Amino acid sequence: MSALLEVSGVTVSFDGFRAINNLTFAIGAAELRAIIGPNGAGKSTFMDIVTGKTRPDSGSVTFGEKSVSLLKLSEAQIARAGIGRKFQRPTVFEDQTVRENLTLALKAARSPWAVLVWRKSAADEARIVTLAEQVGLGDRLEQKAGILSHGQKQWLEIAMLLAQEPKLLLVDEPAAGMTLAEREKTTELLVDIAKTRAVVVVEHDMDFVRRLNCKVTVLHEGAVLAEGSLDHVTKNQTVIDVYLGRG
Amino acid sequence: MTLLHPRHRSALVFIACLALFTIGVTLAAQFGLVSTSFVKTLGKTLCLCLAALAMDLLWGYAGILSLGHMAFFALGGYMIGMWLMYARTEEIVVAALANGGLPATPEEVLQGIATQIFGVVGASDLPAIWSFAHSLPLQLALVVAVPGVLALVFGWLAFRSRVTGVYLSILTQAMTLALALYLFQNDSGLRGNNGLSGLQNLPGVTAGQDAVSLWFFWASAAALVVAYLGLHAIVSGKFGSVIRAIRDDEARVRFLGYSVEGYKLFVFTLTAVICALAGALYYPQAGIINPAELAPIASIYLAVWVAIGGRGRLYGAVIGAALVSLLSSWFTGGRVPSIPLGFGTLHWVDWWLVLLGLTFVCVTLFAPKGIGGLFDRFAGVHSPDRKGAALGPDQGALMEQEAKQ
Amino acid sequence: MRLIALLLAALCLMPLPGLAQEAARIVEENRALIEKPSRQTIGPVIAELAASGDAMADDILSAWADKRLVVRKSDGAMFIAKAEGGALALTALDGSPAGTAASTDVTELKPNAGVRGLIATALVQFTLSDPDPARRRAALASIAQDPTAEALEPLRAAIATEEDPALKGKKERLERLLTLRFDPATEARVAAIESFGADLGLDLRAALNPLVATTRVASATPPPGNIARELRPGSDLSEDEAYALLVAAGLAPARLTVQDQRAALLAHLRDGMVGGLPVAELNTQAARDRAYTALEASGAVPQAATEDEVRAALAAARFYDVYAEPDPAVTAAALAALDRIATRVGIMQAADLGLDALSLASIYFLAAIGLAITFGVMGVINMAHGEFITIGAYTGYVVQLFVPDYTLSILIALPLAFAVTFGAGVTMERLVIRHLYKRPLETLLATFGISIAVQQILKNVFGTQARPLTSPAWLDGALSFNDVVSISYIRIAIFVLALVFLAFFLWLMKRTRLGLEVRAVTQNPVMAASMGINPDRINMLTFGLGSGIAGIAGVAIGLFAKVTSELGTDYIVQSFMTVVVGGVGSIWGTLAGATMIGGLQKVIEFFNPSNTLAAQTYMILFIILFIQVRPRGIIALRGRAAGD
Repeated sequence: MSALLEVSGVTVSFDGFRAINNLTFAIGAAELRAIIGPNGAGKSTFMDIVTGKTRPDSGSVTFGEKSVSLLKLSEAQIARAGIGRKFQRPTVFEDQTVRENLTLALKAARSPWAVLVWRKSAADEARIVTLAEQVGLGDRLEQKAGILSHGQKQWLEIAMLLAQEPKLLLVDEPAAGMTLAEREKTTELLVDIAKTRAVVVVEHDMDFVRRLNCKVTVLHEGAVLAEGSLDHVTKNQTVIDVYLGRG
Repeated sequence: MTLLHPRHRSALVFIACLALFTIGVTLAAQFGLVSTSFVKTLGKTLCLCLAALAMDLLWGYAGILSLGHMAFFALGGYMIGMWLMYARTEEIVVAALANGGLPATPEEVLQGIATQIFGVVGASDLPAIWSFAHSLPLQLALVVAVPGVLALVFGWLAFRSRVTGVYLSILTQAMTLALALYLFQNDSGLRGNNGLSGLQNLPGVTAGQDAVSLWFFWASAAALVVAYLGLHAIVSGKFGSVIRAIRDDEARVRFLGYSVEGYKLFVFTLTAVICALAGALYYPQAGIINPAELAPIASIYLAVWVAIGGRGRLYGAVIGAALVSLLSSWFTGGRVPSIPLGFGTLHWVDWWLVLLGLTFVCVTLFAPKGIGGLFDRFAGVHSPDRKGAALGPDQGALMEQEAKQ
Repeated sequence: MRLIALLLAALCLMPLPGLAQEAARIVEENRALIEKPSRQTIGPVIAELAASGDAMADDILSAWADKRLVVRKSDGAMFIAKAEGGALALTALDGSPAGTAASTDVTELKPNAGVRGLIATALVQFTLSDPDPARRRAALASIAQDPTAEALEPLRAAIATEEDPALKGKKERLERLLTLRFDPATEARVAAIESFGADLGLDLRAALNPLVATTRVASATPPPGNIARELRPGSDLSEDEAYALLVAAGLAPARLTVQDQRAALLAHLRDGMVGGLPVAELNTQAARDRAYTALEASGAVPQAATEDEVRAALAAARFYDVYAEPDPAVTAAALAALDRIATRVGIMQAADLGLDALSLASIYFLAAIGLAITFGVMGVINMAHGEFITIGAYTGYVVQLFVPDYTLSILIALPLAFAVTFGAGVTMERLVIRHLYKRPLETLLATFGISIAVQQILKNVFGTQARPLTSPAWLDGALSFNDVVSISYIRIAIFVLALVFLAFFLWLMKRTRLGLEVRAVTQNPVMAASMGINPDRINMLTFGLGSGIAGIAGVAIGLFAKVTSELGTDYIVQSFMTVVVGGVGSIWGTLAGATMIGGLQKVIEFFNPSNTLAAQTYMILFIILFIQVRPRGIIALRGRAAGD
C-alpha cells in the first residue's frame, strides 16, 4: 500500500527548542489513525507542518499519488490539494449562516474570479442540505453560526470539512467539550469517513481513542515513540513511563 | 433570487432615494432655487460617497483598514486633470498664436502649452508623464491604470508578506505620505504644490458652469448607482461571504483552500480603481487639485465617514460620507450662527473639528454601528449577546454590537 | 629725589618722547623729497618712516596717501589736516593739536598714484607690525579677504617680528597662500602649494580654485597660454554650445532662431503670401523653412546658417579650455593639491554625514520612544501621540512666557511637560483606550478623533503662527572639528537626551517593580491579575509614562523645530515607521529603526541635497520594501512570544 501522506526526517525548532525531532510518519489512502502523546509532544506542530502553517528546518513532506512535496505550497494550496483540518476549538464563521458556512466550504473553484461568477446549482443546494442533515443542522440552515451551541459548531465544522471533500482529514481533539451521546456519534462519523479517505485524529481521551479502534501513533518530544494497536502501545514500557511515570 | 428578495430591499430603497434626490436637485437648479456652487458641492459629495462605498467594501467587508485610499482618489483626479489642463491650455495657446499673424506650428503650440503649464515651477518642457495628456481616451485609461497598478504593486508587496491589521494601516498611511511628498516637489512633473488648476473649464464646451455642474452631478449620481449595484451584487454573493470570512478569521479561510492574499489584493485593487473613478469625477467639480489632497488625514476621514455611517453596510458608508462632509462644509463655511457663552463666543469655524473629533470618539466607543444602528432599531434587528466577544480572532473582525443576530 | 619722581611722572604721561619726535624729524629732514616726491626717489624715505617705530608714522603716511598732509602757507609748517565743519582741524606731526585753519590757508601735498601705491604697501607692513594685536589681526583679515600681490612683501617682512604665536601662525599661512598665487618664481609657488598637503581650509581652496579656472575658447589653431584640454563638440560640449562659442568669437554667423524666422516672415508678408507660400500653409516648421529659403534667394533677408554650414564650421574649428594661470607647473600642482583635498573632504563629509545621521536618528528615537512603550510594549495604536509631542512643546513655550531665564525655563519645562502629558495620557487611557483593548483598529480611529480635536483646540488657543521655544545661550553655536565637520550643540544635547531616555527605559523595564509588572501584564494579563497585579493600574501607568516621555520629547523637538499645532503630525508617521521597522516590543529595535531611518534619510539627502522631500519619499519606499524582507522588523521577537 503506497502512502497518501509521507513525512520523513522532519525537524523543526523554535528558538533552539526542538518541537519536532526527526519525525517520520506515513498514512494510507483510506486509513484511520490516532495520534496520542503528552502535552508538548509536538502534536499541534505536526499538524501545522502538514497544513503548511509552519515550515520545517529539514526533512520532507509528500502527499498524494504523485507524491507532491507540500513544503513549497501555501496553506491554501495544500488545502486545495486535499488536506482538511479541524481545529481544537470550533472555528466557523460566526457572522454567517450555516448555509453560507457550508457554501464557503463546498468543493468548487477557489480563485477570486471564479467565486465572483459562481452561481449555486441545484446539485450544490442538495449537497448542502444533505450535509446539514447529516450533522443534525438541517433545520438551522438560515441561522447564524454564532448562535449555535458549542457541540453544534463542532458538527458544523465537521460538515464543512466533508463539504471540502478532502483526501486527508486532520482532526484535532474532536471530542473535547462534547456530551457522551455526541462523542458516540462523532466516533461513528469518523469511522465512516475513514472508509473513503484518510483521517488523522489527535486526541487526549483514551476512551475515545479506544472506541475508534484503529492504529495508534504515540508522539513524545517531537518523535514517534511507538506505533501499533492501542493495546500494543499501552503495554510498551517507555510509553507507560512517559504517560504514567512522568506525564 | 428575485429583486424583491429581502436582502435586496436596501439596494432598491437606496436607488429610489438617490433617484428622487437627483430629480429634486435638478428641478431646484432649473428653477434657480439652489446655486451652482451648491450643486457642485452636492455633486462632490456624491463622489465622496462613492469613495466611501469602496472603503466600506475594503474595511467593512474585508476588514482591511487602509489609510491610504484617498491617494488613489487624488491620483484619479490628477490623471483626468492632466487632460483637462492640457486641452484647455491648448485652446488658449492656439487662440493666442493665431493672433500673431502666422498660423502656429505644432512645435510652437507644444512649447506654448509647456510654458503656460510649467512656467509656474520654472520649467518649460513637458515632462514625459504628460505624453498622453493630449488624448482623452488614453488619459481616461490612465485614470484606471495608474491607481490600479499602484494598488496592485503595493497590495502585492504588503499582502504577500502577510502585513495585516494596524501594520497594514500604518503602511498604507506611509504610502500616501510618500506619494504626497513626492508630488510636492516641483520636479515631480505635476506642478509641485501648485497642483493642477482650472479643471472646472471643460475644453470645447461653451455651456456655462450652471449646466456643467448639473452634468457632473448627474454623472456622479449615475456612477454611485452603478457602483452601489455592482458592490451590492458582490457582497451579497459568495464572494462577499469569502471576504467577510477573511475579515473575521483569515487563517480559517486559508485552510478552506482560498488564497486569502489573492482576495485581499483583488479587493484592494478594485476599491482603489473605484476611488480613482470617484476622484476623476470629483476634481473637475472642485476645479483644483494639489498634493495636500493626498495627506494621510484625508484617507483617515474616509474611514471616519464609514465608521460614522456604520461599516459593513453599503448604505451606511454613503450616509456617513454625505452627512459628515455636508455638515463639515456647512460648519466650516461660516454660515452656522456662533453661540455666545458668557465668557466668550463659540465660533463653529474654529470648533467644528473639535466637535467632529469628539463625536467620532463617542461613536467608536458607544455606537459601533454608527448611523446604520438607527435603521436596525427601526427594523427590529438586535445584536447577539456574546458577552463582549468579537465574531472572529482577527483585528478587523466584527464586534458583537456590529453584528446582527 | 624730586627730580627722579618728576622724570618718572613725565615718562608715564609721555611715553617714549624721543620716538614721538622721530617721525616729525624724518619728515623735516626729507621735506623737499616729500613735497615733490617721485616713485624712484621716495622709497627710502617711506621705508625709514615706516621703520621709525613712531606711533605717528602711520598717521602721517595715511594722511599723505589721502592727500591730507598739508603745508601752512603762512609759515611753511607741515600738519595733518582733518575736515571739521567748514574748516580744517590741524594736528602737528608730533601728534599735538595745532588749532584750525581755513582750506585756503594751506597747500595739500598730492602724491601721484605710484607714490600712493608705495605708501599703501608701507602702511600694510606698518599695520602688520602694529603694537596692537587686534590691529594686526584686522590687517591680516583684510589681506586675506582681498589678497593682492603687493601685500606679499610687507607680509613676509612682518613675520619675523611677530611675537604672538597664534598671529605668527596666521601670518605664515597667509604668506604661503599669497606666495602660491603671486610669487614670481614658479618653484616658490609649487612649493607653497605642496606645503599645504591635503589641508581642508576653505581659504586654501579659495586660493587654489582661481589657479585652475578655465575659459572656453574657439579657435582654428591652438591658442597661446596654458591649455587645459581640447574639447570635442558632441561629447565634451554640445554642438549648440560649440556653435555659440564660434558665434561669440565672430568665426561664424548666428543661427536663425524660431522667433527671428517668424519675425522675418511676418515682415515680408505681402497680400497673404510670404516667399511664394500662402500664410495659411505656414503651420509647420518645414513650410516656414521653405518660405524663408525663398526669401533668402530673393535677397530679402540675410543668409542664415544652414545645418550644413553649421556642421562645416564646427568641423573646421577647434575648442579648448584654457587656464587663466599661464604657468603649467603651477596648475599641475594646484590640480594635484585640489585632488588630495577632494579625497580628504570626501572622507570628512562622510564623517559629517555620520554626525548628521546620528542627530537625526536621535530625534526620531526621541519622538518614537514614547510610542515604543504605548505601541511597542502595550500594543496600543495612539494616533494622538503626535499631539502629546505638540503639547510638550507648547508647555515649554508657556513656561518661557513666565520664566524669562532660558536655562531655568527649560529645566522647569522638562518635568512639567512630562506631568502635563502624563496626565493627558492617563485621562485618555481611562476614558477611551481601556474600552478598546484588543480592538487595535478601533483604537486607531478613536485616538485619531482625539488627535484632530486636540490639534484644533491647540490651534484655537495658541493660534496658527509658530511660537518660539528658545534654547539657552550655551546651546547656541556648533562644535567644529574643521571646515567640513561640525555639529551644533543643540543636536549634541538631543543625542545625550536620547541616550538618557534609552538608559531610563532599560532601567525601568529591567530593574524596577513597575517594569516587571508591565512585562507581566503585557505578556499574560490574566495570569498577572491572579498574581495580585492590578492590570488596570499598570496599563494606566504605562500609557501615562509613554505619553509623558512624548511630552519631554516635545520640549526637545520644539527647541529646533517650529512650535505649531501641527508639530506632532510631522513626526507621527515616521515614529510609527521607526517602531515597526525596528521590531515591535523591543527598545533596541526602536533604536535600530531610528538609526536606520535617520541614516538612510541623510544618505539619500546627500545624493540629492536640494530635495529633502524626495529623500523622505524614497525612505518610505525603502521601508515598504524592507518590510518584505523582515516583516517583523530588524529585531524580531520569534517563536510563540511573537503572538503567532
